[in-house]
Amino acid sequence: MSNRVTVTLTVNGSEHEIEVEPRRLLVHALRDDLGLTGTHVGCDTSSCGACTVHLDGLAVKSCTILAAQAEGAQITTIEGLGGEHSLHPLQEAFWNEHGLQCGYCTPGMIMAAAALLEENPHPSEAEVRRALDGNLCRCTGYHNIVRAVQSAAQAQAPVAS
Amino acid sequence: MITAEFEYERPGSVAEAVGALAAADGDAKLLAGGHSLIPLMKLRLAAPGRLIDISRVPGLSAIERDGERWRIGALCTHTQLSRAGVGLLSEVAATIADPQVRNRGTIGGSLAHGDPASDLPAALLALEGSIVAQGPGGERTIPAADFFSDYLETALGPAEMIREVLVPAADGYGFGYQKFNRRAEDWALVAVAAAIRVQDGTCADVRIALTNMGPTPLRAGAAEAALRGAPASAEAIRAAAGQAAEGTDPPADLDADAAYKRHLAAVLCERALRAAAGIA
Ligand SMILES: Cc1cc2nc3c(=O)[nH]c(=O)nc-3n(C[C@H](O)[C@H](O)[C@H](O)COP(=O)(O)OP(=O)(O)OC[C@H]3O[C@@H](n4cnc5c(N)ncnc54)[C@H](O)[C@@H]3O)c2cc1C
Ligand code: FES
Ligand code: FES
Repeated sequence: MSNRVTVTLTVNGSEHEIEVEPRRLLVHALRDDLGLTGTHVGCDTSSCGACTVHLDGLAVKSCTILAAQAEGAQITTIEGLGGEHSLHPLQEAFWNEHGLQCGYCTPGMIMAAAALLEENPHPSEAEVRRALDGNLCRCTGYHNIVRAVQSAAQAQAPVAS
Repeated sequence: MITAEFEYERPGSVAEAVGALAAADGDAKLLAGGHSLIPLMKLRLAAPGRLIDISRVPGLSAIERDGERWRIGALCTHTQLSRAGVGLLSEVAATIADPQVRNRGTIGGSLAHGDPASDLPAALLALEGSIVAQGPGGERTIPAADFFSDYLETALGPAEMIREVLVPAADGYGFGYQKFNRRAEDWALVAVAAAIRVQDGTCADVRIALTNMGPTPLRAGAAEAALRGAPASAEAIRAAAGQAAEGTDPPADLDADAAYKRHLAAVLCERALRAAAGIA
């Protein structure tokens, strides 16, 4: 038995077929097989959330999923959320509100925040903090991140104040 | 970090998964959400020769009310369970780790892993739920009280798989789960699950179970007995909660010594009982 599996993934709208060892982690498939290096590896022990992507619409830690487990899935990475010339409201808000310093945690933070806003377009500060429980930042102290998420929420779906 | 090599297969049914487990003769592991197993494999603390990925087996993700009990499929994720209105279990599921982990981790994996720091085992023990396991010889139902046998060990046989979890609906009970940890997404240092049925101002039934106070989840029998039949008052609850750690011998770890864990058990037990009795 040849120890490789063929995996079909739809990433940011385009379909890819890759042949990998079963032990290939989704994060490495994204970064090394598909060249999408926006998804980072921070801790590699399932704690920091830097590797967060959306798998069939849910935020997940791609360092703790085998590529083979994602067979047939729809995946969105930070590259699929918005690009340099078409920033997503969250990307724009992280920029404006200084929601990043070194930027290492940022793709994962934004993907976790995007999943929150899908479900809850107007989260309270406490709800934002709780939704980002699984994302660690070594630089910002989190306040500006929370502010950025709330400001993106307002930009995406304004509520009269 | 990269796991050791393994063969991978994805069976289409419980029978196929059980067959594959039996055929592998101890060198295979079931893979559900992977959020306990993959971290262990990346650290090379586990290196099974074969992974049997059950995460796509159909029919194992439903949560249904069936008369006086809930039937929860083994592949229900913590996120699903936390939103399903299954009383204590839903409340407990919402405290597990963080949203990303809850989106992948399953109730079957959480119970089969047998980690005394996991949250769902104590809740299931308190409610006297049970686990339906299927093996090569058929199906059996294992009460939670007989399921957790030691640290990371359960009553599951080598080729048995959890199919579903049965939980008494416990209508008429109030619930509380109090968990103490040091970091936002972390495991419980100690946690306490409580359920009380109050009748005419008296605690007609009391259930208390402890997370991470020993090698398995434990019932706090002395505290239960002290409160059963007593008034549902803050004073009676405080007195009973003082006995929460009786008979336990929690191992010291990096975060806490045994005395501190026993202290935590009493404090958390009081809070959980107050919540269960509806005392602010
Ligand atoms: C960062 C982090 C923090 C966490 N914090 C907590 C926490 O606070 N509280 C908590 O309770 N948990 C916590 N967890 C664990 C999480 O809840 C796991 O998802 C869960 O314990 C295992 O479920 P799984 O589906 O991922 O199982 P897997 O990792 O797939 O499997 C775990 C074990 O169970 C076996 N198994 C899986 N399914 C079955 C089945 N149906 N029948 C028989 N055997 C089976 C596997 O072979 C394996 O041995 C945390 C995990 C991480 C990564
Ligand atoms: S790299 Fe995946 S959680 Fe840290
Ligand atoms: S900006 Fe540096 S880790 Fe968050």
